[in-house]
Order: sequence, then C-alpha cells, then structure tokens
Amino acid sequence: MSVGALEGALARPEEKYRICGDTGLRVYAKAETLIKVNAVAAVVFLAVGGLFGLLVALTRWPAVHILPAEWFYTALTAHGAAVLLFWIIFFEMAILYFASAILLNCRLAAPKFAWLGFILMIVGSLMATVAVLQGESSVMFTSYVPMKAAPHFYLGIILFAVGALLGCMVFFGTLVIAKEEKTYEGSVPLVTFGAITAAIIAVFTIASGAIILVPTFLWSIGYISHIDTVMYKLVWWAMGHSSQQINVSAHVAVWYAIAALVLGAKPLSEKVSRTAFLLYILFLQLASAHHLLAEPGISSEWKVFNTSYAIYLAVLGSMIHGMSLPGAIEAAQRRRGFNKGVFGWLRQAPWGNPAFSGMFMSLVMFGFLGGISGVVLGTEQINLLMHNTLYVPGHFHATVVAGTTLAFMAVTYLVVPLIFRRELILPAVARWQPYIFGIGVAGISLFMMGAGTLGVSRRHWDITFSDSVFTFDYPGTAFLMMGLNGISAVLAAVGGLMYVVVVVGSILFGKVRDEAAIKANPIVAPGNAVSTYGGEGTLKLPGTIVLVTVFFLAFVLYYFINWKFLSEVWPLS
Amino acid sequence: MASSESQDGGSQATEGGGARPDRVPAMQRLLDNPFLLLFLGVVMPTVFYLIWGIMEIIQIPIAK
Ligand code: HEM
Ligand SMILES: [Cu+2]
Repeated sequence: MSVGALEGALARPEEKYRICGDTGLRVYAKAETLIKVNAVAAVVFLAVGGLFGLLVALTRWPAVHILPAEWFYTALTAHGAAVLLFWIIFFEMAILYFASAILLNCRLAAPKFAWLGFILMIVGSLMATVAVLQGESSVMFTSYVPMKAAPHFYLGIILFAVGALLGCMVFFGTLVIAKEEKTYEGSVPLVTFGAITAAIIAVFTIASGAIILVPTFLWSIGYISHIDTVMYKLVWWAMGHSSQQINVSAHVAVWYAIAALVLGAKPLSEKVSRTAFLLYILFLQLASAHHLLAEPGISSEWKVFNTSYAIYLAVLGSMIHGMSLPGAIEAAQRRRGFNKGVFGWLRQAPWGNPAFSGMFMSLVMFGFLGGISGVVLGTEQINLLMHNTLYVPGHFHATVVAGTTLAFMAVTYLVVPLIFRRELILPAVARWQPYIFGIGVAGISLFMMGAGTLGVSRRHWDITFSDSVFTFDYPGTAFLMMGLNGISAVLAAVGGLMYVVVVVGSILFGKVRDEAAIKANPIVAPGNAVSTYGGEGTLKLPGTIVLVTVFFLAFVLYYFINWKFLSEVWPLS
Repeated sequence: MASSESQDGGSQATEGGGARPDRVPAMQRLLDNPFLLLFLGVVMPTVFYLIWGIMEIIQIPIAK
C-alpha cells in the first residue's frame, strides 16, 4: 500500500480534539460525544429495567405478591430486555469507543457509522420495549419458540443488533487507523486488548443472533411455517450465552482500567493477562452448550466437550484474571508504601472511592458467587439438581449484576469527571452507593440460589399454587428465602436509584471540572498505567496468595457438596 | 524485575531495533493481530458448538 495515498486518505488534521487534563490523553470530540450518548442511553435503560426487576422480585415475595400473573410475565420480559440487552450493550459501546479512540490517542473511524449504529440501537430498543409493554410479547428473555411475540419485538432486537455490529466495526476500524497513524507504540494497552476480546465475541454473538432471529421474525409475520424448537435453542444460545461473555470480557477490561486509573496498577504480567484473554477468545463461547445440558436429543460428547474440556480452559482464563487483578492492586499498593503485614495494602485501599470499592466488590462477588455457581451449573451431572430453578437467576445475577453491572457503575464514577467533565454531586451518596447496591445484589443472588436449591422454579408467579389444580408444598425455608430475596431486591433497587440520581444529577447539575478542579481534586494516579504497555513484574504478593487459596478451598468444597447432593437424589442402596 | 517485563514485550522498536520485525515472537504477533484473533474467535464456536450441534440435532430421528 502506498504510504502517501494512505496518509492522504486517513489524515484528518482538522478533526477537533482536546488534551485531557487528568490523563494527558488526546480526546477527540466526536468520540467523546458518542461515548456520552451511549452511556446516557445505558443509564436510562438501567433505571427502567431495574424498576421492573424490583416489581418482579416483589411479586415473587409471597407475602407481597404485587403483580397479577399476566403483568408478571410482561414485567419479567421487560426487565430482562432492558437490563441485560439495552443497559449493558449501550454501555459496552461506550467502552469500545473509550478503549479504542481515547486509550489509543486516536480519532474514531467513521463517526457517521457510529451514529447510525447508535440510532439503530435506539430505534430497535424502543421498538422492542414498546412491543413488550403492549403485552403481546411476554416471551421472556429467551423468547423460545413456539411462543410467539409480536413481529416488532423481533425486528426491534434485530435493528438493535445491527446497530451494535456497526459499533464493533467502528471499533475495529479505529484500531486500524491508530496503527496506521502510529498513535501508540508497540502493543495496544491491556484494557484495549480486553475490549478487542469483547468485540470479537460480539461479532460471533450478533451473527448467531441474525441466523436465528431473522427466520423467527419471518415466522412471526407468517412467511415461515415452522421453526424447530431444539434448533432454535441451539442457535439462540450461541447468541444468548456468548453475549454474557462479551460482558465478562468487558468488565474484566473495566476492572483493569479502574485499577490502573485509581491506583496506577499495572497487570502482574502483560503476557499472562493477554493469554487469559486469548483463552476467552478461543473457548468461552463454547460454554453456550451449558444451556442445553438437559436436552435429551443431543449427545453427551457434544455437551461434555463444550461445557467441560473446553470451557475449563476459559475458566482458567478467569482464574488468571482473578489472581492477576488483586495481585496488581496489591503490587501497586505496596509500591505506594502500604506495606504493612499481609493485608495492609487492602485495608489502606481507597474504600471511600466508589470507583474502587465498586470494582473490588464486583471482582470478589463475580468470582465467589458467580464463578463457583457457574461451574457447578455447567457440569452436566450436577446441573440436573438446579436446572430451571431459581438457582439459575441467582447465579446470573451474581455474574451480570454483581459482576458486570457493578463494574460498569464503578467506572461511571470516573467517566463522569473524565468524559462529561463534571464533578460528582452528592459525594456521600456516591460513596455509599456501591455498598448498598452490592449488598442488595449479593442478597438476591444468594437467596435465589438458596430457593433454587430447595427446588423453587424460576419464572414462576405463585409458589403457593393458590389457584392451580395441582399443588405442591414447598418447605417453609423456601418462603423465607423468597422473603429475604424481596428485601434484598429493595436494597438493590435503592442502590440502583442512588446511582441514577448521582450520575444523572452530576451530568446535569455537577460543577464543571476545569483546570482548577483537576488540580484540587486529582482522580487519576500518575504514570498513565491505563494507556501503556508493561507489567508489575513481581510475585511477592502474600495477600493475594491468601485470597486465592481461600477461593480455591471454597470452590472445591462447594463443588464436592453438590456431588454429595446428587448422590442423595437417587440413593443407590 | 519490573523492567524485564517491559523489555521483552514493551515495544518492538527497542527490542529488535525496529529493523528486524521478524524477531517478534509468534505468540506476540498473534496477540497483536486483532483480525487473526477475530477469525479464531469466530471459527472455534462455529465449528465445535454450532456445526457439531446442528449435526447432532439433524440426526435425531423424526417421530412417526
Ligand atoms: C434491582 C436490581 C434487580 C433485581 C431486584 C432483580 C430481580 C430479578 C428477579 C426476581 C428475577 C426473576 C427470577 C424468576 O422469577 O425467574 C430476575 C430475572 C432476570 N434478571 Fe434481574 N434483577 C435486578 C437487576 C438485574 C440486572 C442489572 C440484570 C442484567 C444486567 C438482570 C438480568 C435479569 C435477567 C436476564 C432475568 C431473566 C429474565 C427471564 O427469565 O426471562 N437483573 N431479576
Ligand atoms: Cu450461559
């Protein structure tokens, strides 16, 4: 390729940018605006979807039982779509633009396409939300055929996905421009690498979504007469599960970003962390098969290969991040002089900074609650104990809420001052928010898992079976669990509301963060760890080793207990 | 310790002198190539999850 021609085509010296007073990075106006609009759309959907989540939880609390049966399924569908699709994916678009344009000091490729993508996502998300609220599309998150939703439900989701795909293309395009224009040296920073992982998984996710949702849309308008239910499940989960792996990759990248920005933490080893992301790219999406473990028509070879042999390599990737992150934090803290004892670095961490506290809680809860329960659910044999019980939502609220959502909330406390350039209003509310939300979410995941262990079904309106022909008596503890779940849901909803108030309030009414404010209240640790390549290169990390050991013991013990349960389901004697 | 990490991967320019990019280790070249990674990340699940899975489902006998 002729360098001159390329320069001519790519160089746009006139494009407007500023130099960030906090990080020294070059921030192009177009990228910045796109980050803002995507983040705002995300937060709006979180607020709406969170409200529906609260209503669902209050309905499942037998003593409250707030919604009638039909509304329950409508609310449940609205909840799943608004939070798991719209909140998370709008936010991920913002992350992709941040990790490419901002961290690489580069202008965004084809901002017009990015806008087109955004508009498609807005139109699609509104269309699907309207379809759900009209009440004829209460097919829940999975929309399994032969349940049929209104055509504009499927069409909305398809438009949304096309928009997201455009966003991914802009992201990859920006990587190319940054490389051509040499806006960074050597390898991309680790956070960008994590975003690359997320975007790669997104491409497979969206392609699978198109393969299954386009025919389903045609079926809903009568062009196709039949869709095979098992085939639907297989391809749908290539989308439904893989999209959760976009979330994992994105929130791990966010963890690294927060640790780097707040503490100046570098990964323990760039190579090891990147290899862990590579394991995600290669193996994580195969885990989609854990949604078909109870399907009789498919062989154990397929199930076991995809959910065990291969996926344990991806779990290994998560464990590497799970050790690397606290390790990086410990190393950075010790470097900063917090060297006392085994856990002095942790005690002296900035627990009053919601970006840090949210990130650390996200890390711990994702690992202990989400990770361990996920491996248990993903094992063919013990999956049978919990299949389609509330244990499943218990597990994924630990991953996508305690893990992804809390991580995204935490990073918002940096995005508001750095990108929106506003000081946070109500700092005391912000300080408490991650704790209130975190405790609430830990509650909903644990109590739903508890109820699931006692056999309570997911997506079930009334566990008292008051008006049904066939009844079933759940143990009293199941009712207790549902009550505790309701209380935790209220707490989580309060935490969510605190987040929305602080973020929206700061964007609208916060003090503008000017030069003086940056000097008076620095929020980024010196050294620019977030946008450079390089690891800590130390393994003297006694605290992290203790934490990791505790994790492994909990893991092994809990895994064993479930096999013990299984052995009691069908007594052999 | 800290410097060894940044040396061996930090920037190709310092390590290979920029003149011999072929000295970049294979693994690093893979990790530095998002489009190769994209290819792998799409092919793996397409083959092991989708294609193999579809073959299994097609083989389920139709009820009479
Ligand atoms: C205030 C916070 C939240 C509360 C109280 C809450 C509560 C609940 C409850 C009680 C269920 C129903 C379980 C069942 O009956 O099967 C549910 C389902 C679900 N939640 Fe949440 N949730 C919250 C936040 C979130 C967030 C932030 C996400 C995603 C990022 C999420 C994703 C989902 C999904 C995907 C479902 C399954 C929907 C379905 O079965 O179709 N939730 N949630
Ligand atoms: Cu899954």
